[in-house]
Amino acid sequence: MIPAEFGYRRAASVAEAIGMLTQDEDARLLAGGHSLIPLMKLRLAVPSLLVDIGKVAELRYVSEGPGYLAIGALTRHHTLATNPLVREQAGLLAAVATEIGDPQVRHRGTIGGSLAHGDPASDLPAALLALDASYLVSSPAGNRVISAGVFHLGFLQTALQHGEVITEIRVPSGTGSYGFRKFRARSMDWAMAGVAAARTPSGIRVALVNMGAVPLRAAAVEAALSAGRPAAEAAALAAVDTAPPADTSASAGFRRHLARVLTGQALADVDAAAPGRAGSVE
Amino acid sequence: MSLTARVRIRVNGELQVTAVPARQLLVSYLRDDLGLTGTKIGCDTTSCGACTVLLNGEAVKSCTVFAAQADGDEVITIEGLAPAGSLHPVQRAFRDEHALQCGYCTPGMVLAVVSLLRELPEASDADIRRGLDGNLCRCTGYTPIIRAVRSLAAGAAHDPG
Ligand SMILES: Cc1cc2nc3c(=O)[nH]c(=O)nc-3n(C[C@H](O)[C@H](O)[C@H](O)COP(=O)(O)OP(=O)(O)OC[C@H]3O[C@@H](n4cnc5c(N)ncnc54)[C@H](O)[C@@H]3O)c2cc1C
Ligand code: FES
Ligand code: FES
Repeated sequence: MIPAEFGYRRAASVAEAIGMLTQDEDARLLAGGHSLIPLMKLRLAVPSLLVDIGKVAELRYVSEGPGYLAIGALTRHHTLATNPLVREQAGLLAAVATEIGDPQVRHRGTIGGSLAHGDPASDLPAALLALDASYLVSSPAGNRVISAGVFHLGFLQTALQHGEVITEIRVPSGTGSYGFRKFRARSMDWAMAGVAAARTPSGIRVALVNMGAVPLRAAAVEAALSAGRPAAEAAALAAVDTAPPADTSASAGFRRHLARVLTGQALADVDAAAPGRAGSVE
Repeated sequence: MSLTARVRIRVNGELQVTAVPARQLLVSYLRDDLGLTGTKIGCDTTSCGACTVLLNGEAVKSCTVFAAQADGDEVITIEGLAPAGSLHPVQRAFRDEHALQCGYCTPGMVLAVVSLLRELPEASDADIRRGLDGNLCRCTGYTPIIRAVRSLAAGAAHDPG
């Protein structure tokens, strides 16, 4: 499969990338290419121009910011999985990244690309929602910060405007134990459904993978937990207000069942670890 | 606007300076332009791993990388893994353990193993299985492949088998 022809420019900096994007309204950013290239091969995406930010060094870092862990948008899944700072301060992200695709995919795919692609079956967007993360975005108009809860607007739709580049992912400090579960028929498959749960300063937050058009908070579960209900009882509410897809791999009903079971397991992992300690992950 | 991209890519130690169509995939550049047909195309959808090459030492699926993206990078294909006429230890282990039948998956499998052992020299059986999640083999049933990798993982040196 060969993509349609397109123009190609390599950006050396974020500023240069923004400049290139704004000259062409059908231009798209290219990061790791592991969502965009498959779409282009199918000609479901036909950009006129690709602005390659793959070599923009200023977007590849992990560092400690004031009250948050700062992760450059070009940080690859492989780095998230192995970086000591991520493992120590955002263990949930490291655990989730370890289970994305396969090693080859993890060597190319980036956290910024995963967010901007906006696929509800992706794992990192839900994990970042559970962690109450926010995203620093640059554009010709300057910088703005978008919080995870309002970033995803619909299937493959985000709050990003044309010309905006995600530069940094901010994960608030102070999260404690966590749990992450996803269910796949085969090791390399995407999640039929998945759950990320984390103990945060504002209580336990739970987010669902592939249970609607966007990553969803399991609000009923969170409310039950903060009302002091036992985890098993709260987990039974995981499918409330979800709208899971039905496709050849699973019915909507089966996905609801999975969400309840996996939430129970993820919450058990959150509970099992002492606050401030990492929970186990499957 | 240019539909081509200038690239400088070091392939198997040799610097290539050329212009490629922007939409040319790395696997096509390697096979069609450089004649390095050891890299296979199985699925063309990032699933099978037959097109795996080393990009700056790490396994990637070259059917899902544009050649243009590899500018400034170093690519190793199966042809360049060991000097001509000799075998890389991973290739030798595959031969010794009968880890291939038709051989179609083998170049990608071998390079995925090289990458895996570079990251996890003491890979456990579970690490080996996970590390080969991205490579399909329709012949061997995987058991001899895992045996071959196990024979190389550090610590295996003590294993007389
Ligand atoms: C075989 C396979 C299996 C996979 N399995 C999983 C899985 O199990 N779980 C999972 O979560 N994901 C999975 N993925 C998706 C993978 O994680 C992608 O790499 C990721 O979703 C996209 O990151 P990228 O850097 O490759 O983005 P690209 O493909 O380069 O870009 C994706 C989109 O984001 C835009 N973009 C990229 N960077 C930015 C930025 N900084 N600012 C604004 N916009 C930007 C691009 O314009 C494009 O629209 C899989 C992919 C493949 C091919
Ligand atoms: S041909 Fe690239 S993964 Fe199958
Ligand atoms: S040896 Fe035939 S596909 Fe692996």
